[in-house]
Amino acid sequence: MKQPGAPLLEMRNISKDFFGNQVLADVNFTLSSGEILGLVGENGAGKTTLMKILFGMDIIHQTGGYGGEIFLHGKAVRYQSSFEALADGIGMVHQEFSLLPDFSAAENILLNREPKKSSPVSEVFGDRMDTIDRKSMQQKARTAIKKLGVELDPAMLVGQMPVGHKQFTEIAREISKDHIKLLVLDEPTAVLTEREADILLSAMRKLAEEGIAIIFISHRLQEVIDVCDTVLVMRDGRIIKDVPAAGLTIPQIARWMVGREVGEHPGRRAFNPEAQPVILSMKNLWVDMPGETVRDVTLDVHQGEILGVGGLAGQGKLGIPNGAMGLFPAGGTITFKGNAIPLNQPRRFLDAGMAFVSEDRRGVGLLLDESLDWNISFTAMQVQERFLKKYLKGAIKWRDEKQIQAIAKKYIDALEIRCTSFRQKAKELSGGNQQKVCLAKAFAVEPGLLFVSEPTRGIDIGAKGLVLQALRDYNSKSGTTIVMVSSELEELRAICDRIAIVADGRISGILPSDAESADFGLLMVGKQPDGSTEGGQG
Amino acid sequence: MNVLKETRGEKFFRVLEKNAVPILFLAICAIGIPFSGYSLNYLGQEVITRISRNSFLIIALLVPIMAGMGLNFGMTLGAMAGQIGLIFITDWGIGGIPGMVLAMILSTPISAFLGWMCGKILNMAKGREMVTSYIIGFFINGLYQLIVLYGMGAVIPIKSPALILPRGYGIRNTVNLISLRKSLDNIWAIKVFGLSVPVMTLIVIALLCVFIVWFRKTKLGQDMRAVGQDMEVARAAGIKVEHTRIVSIVISTILAGYGMILYLQNIGTLNTYNSHMQIGMFSIAALLVGGATVNRAGIGNVFLGVTLFHLMFIVSPMAGKNLIGQAQLGEYFRVFVSYGVITIALVLYEVRKRRDKARVGRLLAQDQTDVKEVK
Repeated sequence: MKQPGAPLLEMRNISKDFFGNQVLADVNFTLSSGEILGLVGENGAGKTTLMKILFGMDIIHQTGGYGGEIFLHGKAVRYQSSFEALADGIGMVHQEFSLLPDFSAAENILLNREPKKSSPVSEVFGDRMDTIDRKSMQQKARTAIKKLGVELDPAMLVGQMPVGHKQFTEIAREISKDHIKLLVLDEPTAVLTEREADILLSAMRKLAEEGIAIIFISHRLQEVIDVCDTVLVMRDGRIIKDVPAAGLTIPQIARWMVGREVGEHPGRRAFNPEAQPVILSMKNLWVDMPGETVRDVTLDVHQGEILGVGGLAGQGKLGIPNGAMGLFPAGGTITFKGNAIPLNQPRRFLDAGMAFVSEDRRGVGLLLDESLDWNISFTAMQVQERFLKKYLKGAIKWRDEKQIQAIAKKYIDALEIRCTSFRQKAKELSGGNQQKVCLAKAFAVEPGLLFVSEPTRGIDIGAKGLVLQALRDYNSKSGTTIVMVSSELEELRAICDRIAIVADGRISGILPSDAESADFGLLMVGKQPDGSTEGGQG
Repeated sequence: MNVLKETRGEKFFRVLEKNAVPILFLAICAIGIPFSGYSLNYLGQEVITRISRNSFLIIALLVPIMAGMGLNFGMTLGAMAGQIGLIFITDWGIGGIPGMVLAMILSTPISAFLGWMCGKILNMAKGREMVTSYIIGFFINGLYQLIVLYGMGAVIPIKSPALILPRGYGIRNTVNLISLRKSLDNIWAIKVFGLSVPVMTLIVIALLCVFIVWFRKTKLGQDMRAVGQDMEVARAAGIKVEHTRIVSIVISTILAGYGMILYLQNIGTLNTYNSHMQIGMFSIAALLVGGATVNRAGIGNVFLGVTLFHLMFIVSPMAGKNLIGQAQLGEYFRVFVSYGVITIALVLYEVRKRRDKARVGRLLAQDQTDVKEVK
């Protein structure tokens, strides 16, 4: 609960831009000791950047620092490194575990702060030759775990723990530090089962009672409402709402997060995908893509539609196309046009007549040092042996430069790729034009089904519209089915017929693209909207 | 829960694969021993000699493995430093234990400097430590030859005509260490069941083992283990990652220098231009035969490895001769096997890493069925 006196933390007029791109503007809030503050917002709303500023992470200094001021106990602070923040009693638990698998819970909790016993040797060679006092280490770890109020064996190796225990270990590490005053928890419940999350929430309340302030970043809105005193909603780098949590409802917060109301988007075209036959069917797909694990996806794609796949970062939406193509270890079954496609073999995926435009443009998508015509024709040449002149019954294959140039010119015109000529190197183009080259490369294969992943990531607004238009035009002209994965709900709603939302590695629901934006917001956090227009898959 | 269900057969094969290299060598020795015709007494004596001769060098490899830097092929650097120490004490005519101790003292700063330099370079080549340290070994070998072949006697004063080449500078191909020979081994040698046991050498090795066990418990040891598992996590916790890695290589190099002196006092002659080159290879091969991997090795692996690897060394020439009529086959066999075993161990390490990844996938698949069962 809020306490009188100078606030523990105050942020005043915080702003930050990355090379002219404003990501935070005019952020103000205060936090008292023992208060739990819920920080919610879509991806890219600026939550993570705000926390990086608080901790003085290197990335902030390398990109020109930030504007505004931070006060701790009324005193202005400007941390140069996270170690300074730690010294002032601010701790952070990251989304990814930073734990050592072969160390026990106790060893991890007290990493580099181990209690030591000096010996004659260390008198001579310095305190790094002190032996570690295992007994007192266990004791200290036990105290931290007890403070957290969870069941955790300090002697257990982290590598053998279930994820929930790893999360507890990480939090115990922060609270075992002396003078800890403020704890930032970034998505701590994302990996937990409901029961584990409950334990964590009651542990958070317990810590707050002891006077530790907590900033709780979460996409699970019910938890935010349950545990927080105040809720801070961020959107597009600004604080939209700063309200007490009591009495809030999930749809309310979800609407604030997504922000835009229905009616803004250009309108869904008259096309009923479900009347069309199923072209691609995924059953019980799992994909081990680090950070984007797909757990159990069952999804039907209909002939000729544009199907959007949305969801929050890290929930597994990117894993679906990457796993289907076989770029990451995957399992389950995929059927395309009635034929089963073996997984983990990208070649078979391509041979079947599917194509994938990766979100990793520079890494997977383009041959950066090669010319545009080569880039555009490359996949078609490799996979379908097109644009080749064959001699001696195919024993000798030469590139057919004329055809290659013709196809390059065709797509440069069609997609309005801005370049000096088809001889220009791919790396010399702007991000938006590179993306168009990636699309042209995929179009040149004339696929039966096209996966497009984050097609507008990192390109400016003008180019975004052109890329989306190009996709939609291609779809309506050639009838190619498109599965588009994107973190931006608005762009999915702009061109898709249906949108599937992924949460926790599973499809939480499929809605027509003109459904209420609040309903999409609910699906993203794994909740079913009440009056859903179309049921999700159980 | 993240425990993979596996059938008994799968488990058996996993355990078998985990210990594939030692089992393979056990099999080779078991087949070779009867064919060689050696008596168990003879073999026992040989094994004791090899343990006292080689263990120290192999234990020197343990510290960098702890720090996640893999097999330290750079131990050759320490071996060279040890040899330089031996050349000096031979020239000065100091033998016995004082000579050995003096050689060790002389080798220490050279080893420390070379190790520090090697560590610096390895910090620039994170993730490629093994191949880099291997090549550094060749590079420093060039410097060693320059110093020993041209510098000694010309710039560095070496007087003894027994050491200097007839042309007036440079060290001879072989240096006789007769004044040093077995000086440690013979301080306290006892006979057990007709086998002579160099108790004093074994005590020194035991002390080194105690040091390693103790070292693991120190703050520095703990830091090394942390750095070895994940450099970024260790760095985030405030551990000086680069410094810790350099220290681990320096310790390993210094120990390798002492190990080389111990090794040569047992053999009694120094092959000026060859001794150090093979020692890294054989030590690493022995450690791997003992069941160690690139990222995990213990004292148990050292002794099992020395025993099995050298048993194979001793047995194979005779077994080759008795089977095919050619003793050379065994000689060929042992070089072939040491390179082979290093290759196998490196491949197995990668295979295992990949298999662990596949386990994650199987866990995901298993989760699906678990969820269904709950429903």
